[in-house]
Amino acid sequence: MSDSSAADILERIKPLMHKRVGPYNSWNPVSRTQIWQWCSAMGDHNPLYLDDQYRAEHSEFSRDKAVAPPAMMQMWSMRDVNGNDGPGSTTDNLFEILAALEEEGYEGIMAVSYDQTFHRYLEEGDRAHHYSTIINVSDLKTTGIGKGFFVTQLAEFMDQNDELFAEARITYFKYQVPKKPAGASKPSAPGKINRIHPVENHDHEHFWQGLRDGKLLIQKCDDCGELRHPPQPMCEHCQSLNWSTIESKGKGTVYTYTVMHYPEIPPFDYPNAIVLVDLEEGVRIVSQLIGTKPDDIKIGMPVEMKLTEVQEDMTLPLFHAAGPKIEEKP
Amino acid sequence: MSDVNHKFKNVIASDLSVGDALPEFELPITAKLVVSTAMASQDFQDVHHDKDAAIAKGTPDIFMNILTTNGFVGRYLTDWAGPGSRIKKIQFNLGAPNYPGDTMIMSGEVTELSQDGEHHLAHVNFKGKNGMGNHVSGTAIVQLATVAG
Repeated sequence: MSDSSAADILERIKPLMHKRVGPYNSWNPVSRTQIWQWCSAMGDHNPLYLDDQYRAEHSEFSRDKAVAPPAMMQMWSMRDVNGNDGPGSTTDNLFEILAALEEEGYEGIMAVSYDQTFHRYLEEGDRAHHYSTIINVSDLKTTGIGKGFFVTQLAEFMDQNDELFAEARITYFKYQVPKKPAGASKPSAPGKINRIHPVENHDHEHFWQGLRDGKLLIQKCDDCGELRHPPQPMCEHCQSLNWSTIESKGKGTVYTYTVMHYPEIPPFDYPNAIVLVDLEEGVRIVSQLIGTKPDDIKIGMPVEMKLTEVQEDMTLPLFHAAGPKIEEKP
Repeated sequence: MSDVNHKFKNVIASDLSVGDALPEFELPITAKLVVSTAMASQDFQDVHHDKDAAIAKGTPDIFMNILTTNGFVGRYLTDWAGPGSRIKKIQFNLGAPNYPGDTMIMSGEVTELSQDGEHHLAHVNFKGKNGMGNHVSGTAIVQLATVAG
């Protein structure tokens, strides 16, 4: 890895930008077999593509020619299994910029976004090729996977008449793969991300056990009778350490709320409405409001608890709008 | 028409309002799906069919290729809008990979309705969420069918 600064690297590679490279030709014309293989693998049964009678009766396309799903755009001029471009393709290196970045140690590559416009659907017999141009390289950025540059490629997908049938701006992140410390463990199996399990100890295990037993329990001071939530060892009114619990009916009103939109942190569903509920018994509880669109949430709206097993061994008192319409799904 | 087509129904502009949700679509990710769609999209990168090679590159398993993600986004849009619809634009950001054993749930919402000449366009926000977060999220513009059915 060289010690070039990001500014040096950018100065060197910027002149390589805006060079249109191509054509990259297809190995075969658009064929019914490849459309069938795609639709079959993707489970796409849209009759427009392969049902000749449907096309004849209900579309602007010809009965005799299968129509390619637009998302197949890029596959027609893909390399073959041996990594060779279709006959007559350019031998120019599209990825001079990527190669230059690799020499500087930015070896990782990951596609981050696609922005595609479809001008027409291809039909059986059409012949695709494409041209590519690197249209942007960002400054050096630091992300969760390492430091690198965002590189944007414009791909122009053309037919046999050199007319554009689709175009895409594809952005890659070209990054330095972080060095693994010696003895780094193997990649762990992909797993579902779960909610963090709350700590349960002497002071609040009654609350979590209550939920597992199907009850929302509120602490009550045995000496002065004040209710309190969240659980705590001492009454803040009379400093008594003696307490018991009562069972909440799970009814209340929204005191206030906030809606999380971004970033979308798994495993929560977004937008994620967090509510502070005034329970009828007289304490407040933080929870999630389910089944109501964010714009329809109102301060003061009546809500009811729905004990929900959000994941194995975790039951939470979620709330939904009270009334006849009850959304069952969290 | 064959039986399989009967589930398709065109959505027309008068059926729609901003804020309407698209039906959810649940896609179980299997090794067979990852491999067969990679082959169908002519993508022979080893991380899409060879688990040992994928592990050597630092990922825990083979994972779905981008052309396939694109294919499922297209399918999700036309499964909803019907065979009379035409996809005009798809923009998306890529996130958590789709590994075998996971499930991707696609959801979407109509964000805007507009017109281009005689055509009605539905603007849609969509996302495909798996067990680790959003695999894909983005926006699309779909030209709606002019006739229902």
